[in-house]
Amino acid sequence: MFRNNYDNDSVTFSPQGRIFQVEYAQEAVKQGSVVVGIVSKTHAVLVGLKRNAEELSSYQKKVIAIDSHMGIAIAGLASDARVLSNFMKQQSLGSRLTYGRAIPLERIVLHIGDRAQTNTQHYGRRPYGVGLLIAGVDDSGPHLFEFQPSGMTQEMVACAIGARSQMARTYLEKNLEQFADCGRDQLIGHGLKALKETLSQDKELTVENTTVGIAGLAREGSVGKIENFKLYDGQDIVPLLEALEAATSGTEAVGAESMEVDS
Amino acid sequence: MTSLLQLQSPDFETIGYSFSEGSRPGNKEHGFYPYTDNGGSTLGISGSDFTILAGDTRSVSGYNINSRHSPKVFKIGGDDETGEGAHIILSVVGFAADGQALKESLDGIVNMYKYQHGKPMSVKACAQRLSTILYQKRFFPYYANAILGGLDENGKGALYSYDPVGSYERVQCKAAGSASSLIMPFLDNQVDYKNQYVPGSGEGHALERRKPEPLPRSTVEQLVRDAFTSAVERHIEVGDGLQMMIITASGIEEIYSPLKKD
Amino acid sequence: MNHLPQAWGRPRDDVYGTYDRSYLQTSTPNSHTQSPAVTGTSVLAIKFNGGVAMAADKLASYGSLARFTDVKRIRVFDKTTVVGFGGDISDMQYIDRLLDSIDVEENYSSNGNTLNAKNVHTYLAKVLYKRRSKFDPLWNQILVAGFDDDSKPFLSSADLLGTTFSAPHLATGFGAHLAIPILRRLFPEEMPVENIGKEEAVAALRECMKVLFYRDARSLDQYSLAVVTSDGVELKEDEKLEAQSWNFAENIRGYGTQVN
Repeated sequence: MFRNNYDNDSVTFSPQGRIFQVEYAQEAVKQGSVVVGIVSKTHAVLVGLKRNAEELSSYQKKVIAIDSHMGIAIAGLASDARVLSNFMKQQSLGSRLTYGRAIPLERIVLHIGDRAQTNTQHYGRRPYGVGLLIAGVDDSGPHLFEFQPSGMTQEMVACAIGARSQMARTYLEKNLEQFADCGRDQLIGHGLKALKETLSQDKELTVENTTVGIAGLAREGSVGKIENFKLYDGQDIVPLLEALEAATSGTEAVGAESMEVDS
Repeated sequence: MTSLLQLQSPDFETIGYSFSEGSRPGNKEHGFYPYTDNGGSTLGISGSDFTILAGDTRSVSGYNINSRHSPKVFKIGGDDETGEGAHIILSVVGFAADGQALKESLDGIVNMYKYQHGKPMSVKACAQRLSTILYQKRFFPYYANAILGGLDENGKGALYSYDPVGSYERVQCKAAGSASSLIMPFLDNQVDYKNQYVPGSGEGHALERRKPEPLPRSTVEQLVRDAFTSAVERHIEVGDGLQMMIITASGIEEIYSPLKKD
Repeated sequence: MNHLPQAWGRPRDDVYGTYDRSYLQTSTPNSHTQSPAVTGTSVLAIKFNGGVAMAADKLASYGSLARFTDVKRIRVFDKTTVVGFGGDISDMQYIDRLLDSIDVEENYSSNGNTLNAKNVHTYLAKVLYKRRSKFDPLWNQILVAGFDDDSKPFLSSADLLGTTFSAPHLATGFGAHLAIPILRRLFPEEMPVENIGKEEAVAALRECMKVLFYRDARSLDQYSLAVVTSDGVELKEDEKLEAQSWNFAENIRGYGTQVN
């Protein structure tokens, strides 16, 4: 019945120095569908693979806008993510009201990290069953953070969490050097390619299952200092997928472009 | 100055002002009055496909001018820094700190609505919500007169006017603030055509009223300017600058023009 | 048994005397500030090309008594922002501690303190507004000077009611009556801030401090002077009024010896 004697609560260490409840929570993250995040010198992008629980249901949200300067991508229990994202929305709004400034990413990540950590140190509580990628821009430029149910947070250059995310990480590691100088569209392209790596043979990226969120520094000549967090979902994603198609099919795509309509 | 002295508590004499009062019997009065009037006026007019909100930019306390460029009209539901993406405008006049708090409260709610529902709040819903925000402080009210503007679900100009405790109605035009009693009769006549009759249509009760129709934007803009230049002449708390926001299907336009600074 | 439930379980009045109900209270009543006690007078500030200058004298009065003569009413926040306080001195010191604590907290982040003058002003206005809404005000008028999000000179005011406004030159207390007209004449508001030099601005402030010392009974001839530029804050805390001339007072009743 029990896997061992030390996993009944999240306040007890095993003799090997492990807290099993936290590890199980991390397992829940691995069950969630994959999300990828990459940051360049100018942009931070989140890309996610959406799943539907059954044929008749809608697809679960993977990327959520928190404020005009940031958003999160989730892997794991969506309901826990909703609670966390609501908390982050409140914190972000609070910063805008009291200081008139967008909350620095490091700040808000620290907040949710502390919150998640207290869950692992109080009897009768349960760790969050969700991992997050937090992407956005603040005064010190674009940032990407990873968050785990243990309360661990760290800043990343590129990151992937969720089911089969190892494939995406391999892609990210291979192309690591290119990210810093990527433009906006290139960065989204890398994100989508990394996401594509994780797909099993019979799957592909579609309008239904792909979602992208991006924030960055403002382009020359535009109003404001940042390019607000923009969410691409549903039909909005079509141009991005087409760009990916064109990039991956390489040279032969140039001639085939006009015929794609029929295929 | 005398009214200020009356507010001072009896303890004050221990400090040793020569003009302190003797102690009063009965209940202890609060020496702190949490409101002030920062003066100024606002005005809103809606048309068939636009709404204009305007306000002067003077802020006063007593006979002092605090600032000559303190805005009273705000975008609601837009980006914090640039105001981009806003689709509702709000003007507040009265106690500026309450007005500012009211605006920030509404702006926060409208923005939160957008993040929670993935679509902007309708002007109608926003108008209702503003009423509840005001009424929530029924027994310690926001001392401000609000006017909310936008475009309704049919694309027509929408204008809502509020009292400080949340009573509201949709109106064609409204003036608020210290010079409202100067501006409102002018608007009654020029927008609603009150006391205007069709010439030669009859005698006495048979006289036919001139029918009000939606005014074109250029006419309304000129009415707003005229209303304020006149108010400046007759009211000391109004002046310095005129801030106008015009909301149309293509977005919000903001126009600033100077008023007399005397 | 007594038919009044209120009396049940209490000592009988006819035996023990009237019951002292004050013992039923779990805590002492809240006390709210009804009036300021030790106060500072005017703070003056003016924007110039590339920065802001601010001045405030060093007197803290207890009513009409000149109680403390070495009180610094201008403080620096994060080497980029200055805050000047008029009004109650103890409330000023409380706000000073608040600012210290957010400065410390802000410095925990890897980018250090990124709050600019505009952020500090918003914060202080919220603190003041919240306290006035609790009917327990912090009895101050505060000027905040520094830079905004676009690194442009920033100057704004917040008072005990939470009212905020900004202008190219601001003054609290008596300065609002005496210094503002002088500053408005020297630097008309339609004149761009870029046309005002640092030295001009500082000289104007010194002149205003002199006028205030002549006419404000709760002022002092020693003052603090802060100048914020993109290079940081230059805060001088032992300035003295120079070249005073009291000739004007000769024929004014109330100044000097009275002849009739």
